[in-house]
Amino acid sequence: MNAATSRPGPPLWLLLELTYRCPLQCAFCYNPTDFARIDTELDTGEWIRVLREARALGAVQLGFSGGEPLSRDDLEVLVGEAHALGFYTNLITSGVGLNEARIAALKAAGLDHIQLSFQDSSKQMNDFLSSTRTFDLKSKVAALIKKYEFPMVLNVVLHRLNIDHIDEILSMAERLGAEYVELANTQFYGWAWQNRAQLLPSRAQVELAEERTRRFRETVGQRMRIYFVVPDYFERRPKACMNGLGSIFLTIAPDGTALPCHAARMLPGLDLPNVRAASIEHIWFDSPGFNRFRGEAWMKEPCRSCPERVRDFGGCRCQAYLLTGDATNADPVCELSAHHGLVTDAVARAERPGAAESPLLFRNPGNSSRLFPTPGR
Amino acid sequence: MNAQGIDAASRPVLDRRFRMQWEAAQNAHVLLYPEGMVKLNGSAGEILKRCDGTATIAEITADLERTFAASDLSADVLQFVSMAVAKNWLALRP
Repeated sequence: MNAATSRPGPPLWLLLELTYRCPLQCAFCYNPTDFARIDTELDTGEWIRVLREARALGAVQLGFSGGEPLSRDDLEVLVGEAHALGFYTNLITSGVGLNEARIAALKAAGLDHIQLSFQDSSKQMNDFLSSTRTFDLKSKVAALIKKYEFPMVLNVVLHRLNIDHIDEILSMAERLGAEYVELANTQFYGWAWQNRAQLLPSRAQVELAEERTRRFRETVGQRMRIYFVVPDYFERRPKACMNGLGSIFLTIAPDGTALPCHAARMLPGLDLPNVRAASIEHIWFDSPGFNRFRGEAWMKEPCRSCPERVRDFGGCRCQAYLLTGDATNADPVCELSAHHGLVTDAVARAERPGAAESPLLFRNPGNSSRLFPTPGR
Repeated sequence: MNAQGIDAASRPVLDRRFRMQWEAAQNAHVLLYPEGMVKLNGSAGEILKRCDGTATIAEITADLERTFAASDLSADVLQFVSMAVAKNWLALRP
């Protein structure tokens, strides 16, 4: 069957980016670098309408993210509504703002799971990388998550500056009682793209981290599941990004813009609908933005005739755009891409001593405004 | 009793890390867990929804045989429960 002419399945995974406000300033954040000029947020009633319409279409996994979703004081209301609708509710948080009163209210509202991010295993490095003093607070939040019997996923974004601490990070996760650990190597979008030279690890760092993870997994057994997301710059084939745009994932940005992937806002010419103007059903099935990269008609060579196109869908559209300037090109991570040298050059530069000497650009409104000055101000 | 210590008297219960529900849009029972989902086939759904920590595997099997007018399901049910315990979907009540 040709995927372009068949009706897509439901948006099984719904991600609500409730706000771009965040107390952290992580240099690897995937949020858009121009977030400071997007200053409207959907109100409670609008988010509830999104939840109802998406659930009616069959959405079932729900992420509350941001920014920091706890920055919204109606989070408990939204969780309660989502739970009543039958969603499995995931809170994706830095932990900042999660005191005992709020975690108790979220439990009562029916929250299913909390994913807590750490930036590193040491107070000094965690606080440097997030540009905040949050390590002790996060440790307290981890204890609260256990006390209220939520399954805990610990998420640590890995990069050049912390990947060598992997043993300490895994020991910390075990000590905190995490059931799952996600070691997510940095994907280079948004702020991470701005900081790529400082964050891209060397191949030797990645291989050592994989080996240490494998050994830790053997000793910890079933108690803790460890996912190691391999950084795609070191691969020969691209990731099946989002399982193909418009197949499973639906992200709603703080201002109501609907995205087929949380980074897709950057793609030029992609006509992205807004939930304030259209129903979720129209957005998912009929909008040009969501149909743009469905099927295979948009593909160019080498993807168009490649037998692997049904497995990886040509990789990531955002990565193709960022690296080559054309979102319809093959993801340059693929060694069959004519642009693969752009990736191997970046990896080669990461091998050189002094590769990461320039300062990090932290994710905050000031830096966002400097990158995208508003005319007339 | 098999190698995992599971037999007809065992009382399986859904592990607290998982939630099972019927999804009309997928015409299937699904198992939900942090940031993931398993779509269950018909027989898996029928077995799992009977695993309440009270019923023994023998009772679950008898109920299935009654409901679906089948016989000799005990080996299949034991095999599925063993697989589900190995995947941490099910825990065993002592």
